Amino acid sequence: MTTALLENTSRDELWPGPVIDCDVHANVPSLEALFPYMSRHWIAWCTERGWHGPVGGVNLAYPPGSDRSCRPEWRPADRPPASDLGLLQQHVLDPWRVERAILTCYYAVDALRHPDWAAALTRAVNDWLVAEWLDRDPRLVGTLVIPARDPAAMIEEIHRVGDHPGFVQVLLPVRHAALWGQRQFHPVFQAMAEHGLVAGLHFGGVTTDAPSSSGYSSYYVEEYAAEWQSFTAQVTSLVSEGVFQVCPELRVSVLEGGFAWLPVWGWRMDKEWKGLRREVPWLDRRPLEIIRDHMRFSVAPADLGTREQTATVLEWLGSDDMLMFATDYPHGYDDDIAGLLAAAPPSMRPRLMAGTARDWYRL
Amino acid sequence: MSGRYVVARAADIPEGGRVLVEVGGRQVGVFNVGGSFYGLINRCPHKGAEMCKGNVVAGLTSARPGEFDYDEDTALLMCPWHGWEFDVRTGRSWFDPRTRLRTYDVEVTGADRLEGVPRAGRVPGPYTAETVEVCVEDEYVVVDLRKARKAAQTGEGR
Repeated sequence: MTTALLENTSRDELWPGPVIDCDVHANVPSLEALFPYMSRHWIAWCTERGWHGPVGGVNLAYPPGSDRSCRPEWRPADRPPASDLGLLQQHVLDPWRVERAILTCYYAVDALRHPDWAAALTRAVNDWLVAEWLDRDPRLVGTLVIPARDPAAMIEEIHRVGDHPGFVQVLLPVRHAALWGQRQFHPVFQAMAEHGLVAGLHFGGVTTDAPSSSGYSSYYVEEYAAEWQSFTAQVTSLVSEGVFQVCPELRVSVLEGGFAWLPVWGWRMDKEWKGLRREVPWLDRRPLEIIRDHMRFSVAPADLGTREQTATVLEWLGSDDMLMFATDYPHGYDDDIAGLLAAAPPSMRPRLMAGTARDWYRL
Repeated sequence: MSGRYVVARAADIPEGGRVLVEVGGRQVGVFNVGGSFYGLINRCPHKGAEMCKGNVVAGLTSARPGEFDYDEDTALLMCPWHGWEFDVRTGRSWFDPRTRLRTYDVEVTGADRLEGVPRAGRVPGPYTAETVEVCVEDEYVVVDLRKARKAAQTGEGR
């Protein structure tokens, strides 16, 4: 069976072994779909105002009709893409014969500034994910969302649903009012570690200012090509602020953030650390070593060059265990998974396709 | 006794002080740390900076963000170019034990035992001509270029 992404190759020709997809998406089909998971007070809050849902980075970066937002083969005629379990099963879970898939819903709950409404909508999204997705397909595990403007409320939601066996991860929108490594968020990471949850640094979120450090860009091409800057800023913050010294068990997944930048970032970071170590004396070893212990990266989207160039970047990663396969369903990037596998050393391929994610998420 | 050079009068390198001298064609920094003298080559093993002109700072470690263990018993020499820290006592780099500064044995000895020990070249201050005039009760700092210090050879300390 062929699927989108595989193009004209069969799943078994591409990779005969097990597959774990670490980044598939569920889209909330409409605000009304969440009403069964809200109190009457909050339903009235929506209906009385004619409010139709949060507006966040997703609306800015992924126009609804774009092939980036959904591959044409995956676009249903009558519903928003990726908005029910049947679509996900038909498009990814069955044809890829996934062992497990990690489901993430980015619904921009972090964009809300009303502290109680943000927390209520967050609860609704998580309860909807459990009832309509995670509890209905044993291949799925999921990412819980948090009201990302309020550390106390984030911790409360992590404690409320963090022990559900379907949740393995907490979504941290990469764009945020503050850098995630800062002290105010350390108790949030401690709560994640307490429940054995991975921190999933993922596309999404809104900054207090423009998405780039120098204002708004003009074109979508800039958004897609320059987004890795947001990821490197957060990764640098998590490492520098000593989050992994506070939470030595914490695992962070970098999802939709690319990975080819990692070795180059690491060289620079290691160099700066050698000379400025006294500023951050809790960093007792090279930052890139800390990353290898505490972070993993999804391969979609992938920044690939020629096979030789890609092989060089993979070698620079310095480990077979840094990368995890993802389709990024339903987003449409032209990731050449066959090319990536061909460039990877044979020892990395089973780790990349399933082994690393299985160990990382304790599946 | 070739390889041993008188570089300074002990009393003229106070605690925390240093002198930079040229001995046997090499530039060597001699540091007084807590009353003991240590010699280091004036050349960073990384890119060749004049290492011994860097700041000497205390040890600083931390178990977690916000906690600081400021250790004034440790003396670290920071390279003026890239800030790498080297332990003055052992020459060892803080972040990479395989990277180390060449160290030299330094001893303090009485004037009566300096017979035949040459003076270091280009010594600043009064130590060029005047040394012949000093009183016999003074103590002198002598650098030995022939071997590295024991601590550095055996890898003891940090």
